[in-house]
Amino acid sequence: MKGFSFSAAAVASVTSLTLVAAGCGGTTKNDVKSQGGPAPSSAKANPNAPIKKGLKIAFLPKQINNPYFTIADKGGTGAVSELGGAGKEVGPSDAAASSQVSYINTLIQQRQDAIVISANDPNAVAPSLKQAMGQGIKVVTYDSDAAPDARNLFINQASAEDLGRTEVQQIAKQIGDKGEIAILSATPNATNQNSWIKFMKDELTKPQYAGMKLVKVAYGNDDDQKSFTETQGLLKSYPNLKGIISPTTVGIAAAARYLSSSKYKGKVKLTGLGTPNQMRKFVKDGTVDAFELWNPADLGYLGAYAAAAIASGQITGAPGEKFKAGKLGEKAVGQNGEVLLGPPTVFTKDNIDDFNF
Amino acid sequence: MSVPERMTEVRRRLASWEGALLVLIVGTWAVASALVDGFAETSNLSFILIDVTEIAIMAITLTLVVIAAEIDLSIASTLGLSCAVIGYLWNAGWPIERIFPVALCVGALCGALNGVLVTRLGLPSLAVTIGTLALYRGLAYVILGDTAVADFPPRYTGWATGRIPGTPIPYPILLVAALAVIVGVLLHASPLGRAIYALGYNEEAARFAGVRVKRIKFWLFVASGVFAALAGIVYTLRFSSARADNGAGLELAVVAAVLLGGVSIFGGRGTLPGVLAGVLLFGIVRNALILADVSNEVLNFVTGVLLIISVLAPNLAGAIRRGRAATPTPPPTTINTEGTPAS
Repeated sequence: MKGFSFSAAAVASVTSLTLVAAGCGGTTKNDVKSQGGPAPSSAKANPNAPIKKGLKIAFLPKQINNPYFTIADKGGTGAVSELGGAGKEVGPSDAAASSQVSYINTLIQQRQDAIVISANDPNAVAPSLKQAMGQGIKVVTYDSDAAPDARNLFINQASAEDLGRTEVQQIAKQIGDKGEIAILSATPNATNQNSWIKFMKDELTKPQYAGMKLVKVAYGNDDDQKSFTETQGLLKSYPNLKGIISPTTVGIAAAARYLSSSKYKGKVKLTGLGTPNQMRKFVKDGTVDAFELWNPADLGYLGAYAAAAIASGQITGAPGEKFKAGKLGEKAVGQNGEVLLGPPTVFTKDNIDDFNF
Repeated sequence: MSVPERMTEVRRRLASWEGALLVLIVGTWAVASALVDGFAETSNLSFILIDVTEIAIMAITLTLVVIAAEIDLSIASTLGLSCAVIGYLWNAGWPIERIFPVALCVGALCGALNGVLVTRLGLPSLAVTIGTLALYRGLAYVILGDTAVADFPPRYTGWATGRIPGTPIPYPILLVAALAVIVGVLLHASPLGRAIYALGYNEEAARFAGVRVKRIKFWLFVASGVFAALAGIVYTLRFSSARADNGAGLELAVVAAVLLGGVSIFGGRGTLPGVLAGVLLFGIVRNALILADVSNEVLNFVTGVLLIISVLAPNLAGAIRRGRAATPTPPPTTINTEGTPAS
């Protein structure tokens, strides 16, 4: 044991020495100001410029083999073909923050004309995206934004305010404005989910929802199994739970799967964002009354048209600029380089069979 | 076989394995340059290098640990814990210059716990570090929860993502090079290095020869923890993002690179230049495949195949060599009673 005590003492002394040596002073969080706003562009927009032929546009989703992104990216690559370009989808199979970075580097190396990306972590991808922009590659974010100074445009699927508020209105209608509710989200730092949840909480402060109480925001990390067990946990911890809002396609499907096989089926209401094909079964068997979503194929489609417009010089990303987005008509660039897709669609048992995605 | 003979035999084999790696690197480079657009450019070289930075840092100390016939699977979790500590203290308003040494100390403590459990309680390092793999990752989540901490000072993040002006070499590679030189000299040209080989090759004999087996192993685990924490610092700065899940699963890549580099999983054999070549080959193959638009599933499959080949190849080569060596010598009379030739 003599050797051990020597080693332990050495580790302890080294530890305390460095702690002391570290001393005071240096760069703290307060010294670092976050920079906002999209990257300034010196180029001038030419609204009449033709769409360039043979544009190379790559879609980089959070994760490949995720049904939502598969649909969105199919819509996107389809639009790129319409425009006479070459579109493709590449990306990591895990949703870790850093996995997208080596893909961005690769796309720079392949000299793509534009990258359309849904950021897993708005800050982790920023340095690489800036590098891409430095080499003349246009960066368009869709679904989940990156740091605003690391992209040219953000295709917003629906305003955060619309989504957050309508989801609370949905659940309130279903539970009669009374009772405990919970939120089952994706990852805790998912940009879009967090901004929706912010508006949900704001909507809940209105007097007509005085009888409703948000008891917990749970995180399923967009993992089916984790979302499933989180749902199970919610119902165990809050026996009086009346409703769950899950603003993520993975979460709502897992929650519906749990509810449909439990005694809470039809009693605990579930709404949120889901795809019709995933949710059809649960809407028909009475587990879910209504849920909403934008059309992801249109999101990818708009991303492709916006990328083509900015890569061809029709727009630069300045507020007020307009471009033609094929079947979606004319779209305008808003504040902060945002392009809005439009209001979400509500799916119920009456209209769900009209949609196949 | 006498000891000096054995040493030359080991050296010859290592030399040939490193030679093979070099040929593989050059071959892969040539094939990828010919087939993959944009591969053979200097900017791509810097992408290859920067992507293996953390793997290289952790591989340097894991090389020593594996040569000492132990394993440390908790390194990627230590990296994650280091990131979590950095994020937590940064949020608490600590200056970054003070956070770095604390993160390194956390790494040292992680390594020390592994070391104590292995050397003092005599537990197998495989089991211990699988346990601490879960423990340290769990602790990272306890500290930082599911949040991400960003907004680190651009002065430091710029260093982690930048290149030496006029060259494709990213700054963090300088750090890797410095560490490799220091540890390389320690391993290949110092009494301590010889002791590490000796205790990995035959612990009993090393102990009788006066090598302080337990103490050396303990400090190797501490070093492994410190280097993993250092990799965590680089990781945090490179992605300007401290999260508890940083580097999850990276330990497999590090183990793959170390074994690919010719270090015997049974201890006593391997060189640091070999491991660095292994890391580079690993990075080149991944980069070329991604650049060629090969899907991520295939990529994981290839990583697995590389890992198995790297464990298998040295053993196969050894078996073949033994087979050749056995032919001219007369069949043993005492051991093999059934008279069939030894194979």
